[in-house]
Amino acid sequence: MRLYFNFFVMHLKVAMQYKISFMLTTLGQFLVSFNVFLGVLFLLQRFHEVKGYGFSEVVLCYATVLMAYSIAEMFMRGFDMFASTISNFEFDRMLLRPRSCIFQVVSGKMEFTRIGRILQALVMFAYGITKSEVHWDLWKVVTLLLMIVGGSVVFGCLFLIYASICFFTIEGLEFMNVLTDGAREYGKYPIDVYGKGVLRFCTYLVPYALFQYYPFLYLIGKADQWWYMLLPLLGCIFLFPCYLLWRFGIRHYKSTGS
Amino acid sequence: MGQELNGIFRYQKYISFFRIRFVAGLQYKAAALAGIVTQFVWGALELLMFRAFYEAYPAAFPMTREALSSYIWLQQALLALFMTWFLENDIFNTITEGGIAYELCRPADLYDMWFFRSMANRLSKAVLRSFPILIFASFLPMPYGMRLPVNLTAGFWFFITVILGFLVVVAFCMLVYIATFFTFSPVGVRMVAISVVEFFSGAVIPLPFLPDGFRQFVEILPFASMQNVPLRIYSGDINGLEIYARAGLQLFWLIVLVGLGKWLTAVALKRVVVQGG
Repeated sequence: MRLYFNFFVMHLKVAMQYKISFMLTTLGQFLVSFNVFLGVLFLLQRFHEVKGYGFSEVVLCYATVLMAYSIAEMFMRGFDMFASTISNFEFDRMLLRPRSCIFQVVSGKMEFTRIGRILQALVMFAYGITKSEVHWDLWKVVTLLLMIVGGSVVFGCLFLIYASICFFTIEGLEFMNVLTDGAREYGKYPIDVYGKGVLRFCTYLVPYALFQYYPFLYLIGKADQWWYMLLPLLGCIFLFPCYLLWRFGIRHYKSTGS
Repeated sequence: MGQELNGIFRYQKYISFFRIRFVAGLQYKAAALAGIVTQFVWGALELLMFRAFYEAYPAAFPMTREALSSYIWLQQALLALFMTWFLENDIFNTITEGGIAYELCRPADLYDMWFFRSMANRLSKAVLRSFPILIFASFLPMPYGMRLPVNLTAGFWFFITVILGFLVVVAFCMLVYIATFFTFSPVGVRMVAISVVEFFSGAVIPLPFLPDGFRQFVEILPFASMQNVPLRIYSGDINGLEIYARAGLQLFWLIVLVGLGKWLTAVALKRVVVQGG
């Protein structure tokens, strides 16, 4: 853990060496997700509600997903760039070092410009929390935190799958973007907006709904089942198959030899 | 006669640039397949989302649902033509890493060369991706499916304005490339430019969904001359005399953007610094 902290400080210092570039990229990150926010704003201004959710509720939902995604992307960036780690021989070097590969991949790259998105999420939280008619008590706060943590774990798992597939294909598979970027983009609305089929997919196949939809219903008081708040923890079970896939991938790893 | 031949010959080298890039782009078939799947899922989710809005308040829907479905499927299918974030890293690297010196040695105009190259890159991607998406989408039940253009005029003007819009996009991206000469931090300029265009071109939500007043303003901007015009002409959302006005505006912006781009290139090349060795 102390080693990880050292890496953290190191990456932060590196990022701060190019301050203007860092600021501009961060601003860019902010603007990109701000676009999505504007889309939500204008649509809800016109239609007032969607599936019974008002603007402030949608904002709260989007903030949670964006926050979870940004945290996962900031710290799991190494998996996102894993294709190049394999193709430039870096992974062979990792196998030789006396630390776990996952640790090395994770600590090898951190993307602090994602703070732009986190900032956007924070602004939306500020708005969503004050404007929505949620009766905040300790349990609601815990629910919100669990949603963010659970979400980060699920997104982290998806990055891990993406990297594991690289063992077989050497290059990244673009369609994984549907599961990561797609969930970030379309997770702005509670999942039932997209209908029953999508909700089922997001509950049983990739557990987005476990950290977004169900606990969110409890949060805004649309559902009384208190155990909905614990579902993000259930979603973390997703980690096991993903980790097995990673192990399986490593065992079948053949160096590119370049 | 000789002069005329000379003219054709001069043009020919840009055609070759175009062909090289186009054929190279066609090689990436696996990437295209992944792109098709991605775009299809994207389009489907987009339509499901709009369905929920429609159910919430049908009267507030600013275009017919059939028109919206065609708009979204065409948007997904022609993504490679119209998305401004689709920039070539090669060109940025050429500028920031000094490859520009070689490019300048070629007996060709830098702006024209890059313009044709970008066109080819986008077209080759679009050719591979668009038809499967459109064919799949046309089998979907109404009002979610893709349908034929409302009439022959719409079809004809769709074709014209797609080309115009495509050229406007390329001309705009050229400005982003050229900005690199002046800043050397292309990432920032790029992201800011892209996110502005994304929203104002109707890529985030179609422009008819913007509130009145604001929408009229956005429609005049060059960004509305990109995908907004052809995709709405196709489904009859823009019709009659308005078509000519929109197409004229597209032509106007195309001339302005190309003129600006050529001028800025000339300025940049006068003081170009070749980076590194």
